[in-house]
Amino acid sequence: MLIIKGADVTEDEWTRLPEGQAPTDDSAEQPLLVGLADWLLHRDVLLARAGRLGVLLCGEDEVERLIPDLDHLQLIAVSFPVFTDGRGYSQARLLRDRFNYAGELRAVGEVLPDQADLMSKVGIDSFSISDSVDSRRFFGLAG
Amino acid sequence: MYQYNPVDQQLIDQRVTEFRDQTRRFLGGELTDEQFRPLRLMNGLYLQRHAPMLRVAIPYGLLSSAQLHKLAQISRDYDRGYGHFTTRQNIQFNWPELERVPDLLGELAEVQMHAIQTSGNCIRNVTSDPLAGVAADEIEDPRPWCEIIRQWATLHPEFAYLPRKFKIAVTGASHDRAATQLHDIGLEVVQGESGQSGFRVRVGGGLGRTPVVAEPLREFLDQRDLLSYCEAILRVYNRYGRRDNKYKSRIKILVRTMGIEAFRERVEREWAQIRDGELRLSEARISEMKSHFAAPEYQFFSGEALLEVERRLMADVDFGRWQRQNVLAHRQPGYSIVVVSLKKTGVAPGDLTADQMDAVAELAARYSFGQLRTTHDQNLVLADVPQTGLYALWQALSALGLATPNIGTLTDLICCPGLDFCSLANARSIPLAADIAERFDSLDFLYDLGEIQLKLSGCMNGCGHHTVGHIGILGVDKKGEEWYQITLGGRADNQAALGQRIGPSLPLDRVVDAVDDILQVYLQAREEQERLIDTVARIGVEPFKERVYAHH
Repeated sequence: MLIIKGADVTEDEWTRLPEGQAPTDDSAEQPLLVGLADWLLHRDVLLARAGRLGVLLCGEDEVERLIPDLDHLQLIAVSFPVFTDGRGYSQARLLRDRFNYAGELRAVGEVLPDQADLMSKVGIDSFSISDSVDSRRFFGLAG
Repeated sequence: MYQYNPVDQQLIDQRVTEFRDQTRRFLGGELTDEQFRPLRLMNGLYLQRHAPMLRVAIPYGLLSSAQLHKLAQISRDYDRGYGHFTTRQNIQFNWPELERVPDLLGELAEVQMHAIQTSGNCIRNVTSDPLAGVAADEIEDPRPWCEIIRQWATLHPEFAYLPRKFKIAVTGASHDRAATQLHDIGLEVVQGESGQSGFRVRVGGGLGRTPVVAEPLREFLDQRDLLSYCEAILRVYNRYGRRDNKYKSRIKILVRTMGIEAFRERVEREWAQIRDGELRLSEARISEMKSHFAAPEYQFFSGEALLEVERRLMADVDFGRWQRQNVLAHRQPGYSIVVVSLKKTGVAPGDLTADQMDAVAELAARYSFGQLRTTHDQNLVLADVPQTGLYALWQALSALGLATPNIGTLTDLICCPGLDFCSLANARSIPLAADIAERFDSLDFLYDLGEIQLKLSGCMNGCGHHTVGHIGILGVDKKGEEWYQITLGGRADNQAALGQRIGPSLPLDRVVDAVDDILQVYLQAREEQERLIDTVARIGVEPFKERVYAHH
């Protein structure tokens, strides 16, 4: 997977905490991406870590539950399990426009060039795309 | 009529370029069927039984002569010389080649037309009253509101991938001619307590497999809040509508599952967050939009000129018959509304040839300020015809085969393309429609029957709106054979209701007889001027059922 943000292409540096697994602090510096349920469960332990923190949202997740924590998050990943599942567009828009989330907002899942503009318009500013996807359309998109 | 500004034009030009690229990538194997499908659907393109079908948007059914000329040319150059007007006021081409669709879209863009969001799980073409702006019972012209909704909904980034398709209809008159209660959102202009107009909002109506009449969501919505309230509904639907089963994904299922109270509460809560935001419509925006739909410059006609029309009516029986049946009262003295019948016996309802399109476009230019409307019962309307021109217009329409004096009668029926074209259908609908038109071709008999809406669908998806036909006919598949289910008592107006099945389905060769049976029961049972729909309401479906199934 490649991460495109603005003009930059990078490898994904975030580690996904496996679902249902308690966080340990042996890799405290490692940026950690956590599902919403685990975030809510282990919030205090996670906040005590030194590394950066992110939350991965699924379609059925209520973004409102993240409101108190937005300042602590460097990344929110919105998932598109298939590109026709459009719940992530509403989640992204709410996070950006209503709850004023200012950190990185990333599209993950089936992220394809034809939706790049739409995603950018609802505030998504980084894109996780597979190596086979034509990346040109994703460059220079601001959230 | 609304004219595109440079931003609108750029938007659709870009879409053409984008779709050209997508089609190229699909044909070159870069996009899978699965990936191309939602993209082509978003641009109105279906891959059908015989060939692709392209559905072109006609926003709220309003067309200019120049646009109709373009549609004529497109049906000649890209199709087989005809087009099909649909029950959602759009036009479909049944035979374009996929490779040429981007060029076709490019031609449409030249006349401010497109196929964006005519399909797919997004907000579809907004539909409205074909008599908007000219009907005597109008509270307010719905078209400026339709256009405001169209602009908001077009390429709305948040609502491009909804759980399922989403249809909005607006009526501004006291008589609902836009079937608003059978839409995902139905908007009805109403007068508020202090005299200002606003909207009654209904939600969750729709036909298809689970037909539902919409429920009232809000009794009065301030006009300025139109978009924020729609946005709130759509956001709730986008977040919570089911996505696991496409037959349970329409908003009507969400409303039913949550209950209207809980749904309303969610919407109101969401709305409270956004109603004072950027979607609030300013007075300036509203009046600017209204200016696009100002009445044309009507002329004054002398009593003498109008007397001449009266003389013609007396002298020519055929003209008189057409005038009584296909011409409606206009609110401007000296003008009439003319319904162009696309229901000639032997022609598929809603079909128009390229030559007819060109001719109608010219007639619209000559007699109706260069504009016309499509109707949800698959006819065309010339809305502003000076009465002094009626006779000549009638002669011209007659020569074109577009003056069948059957508007509002049994043979002014609507029907989907059916098994002949559509890959979803179980049964043919066009040939059955033709059989019905042929059997009941006596005008005196049709006039005696009075207003009857017969609606026919070739499968339960219900594109022919059978569920809300006074007489509804639904094609079903029974062990590979075409059978038909008959319903009675459906209606799509202010008293919207779903038809009731009269009994088991019938084989094709018995359907026309069954319709005849129904008509005979009605003729015997009706009281005075009672319409079929009223007789059914009074006596129920039982007597009809008895007659239809008596001899078998």
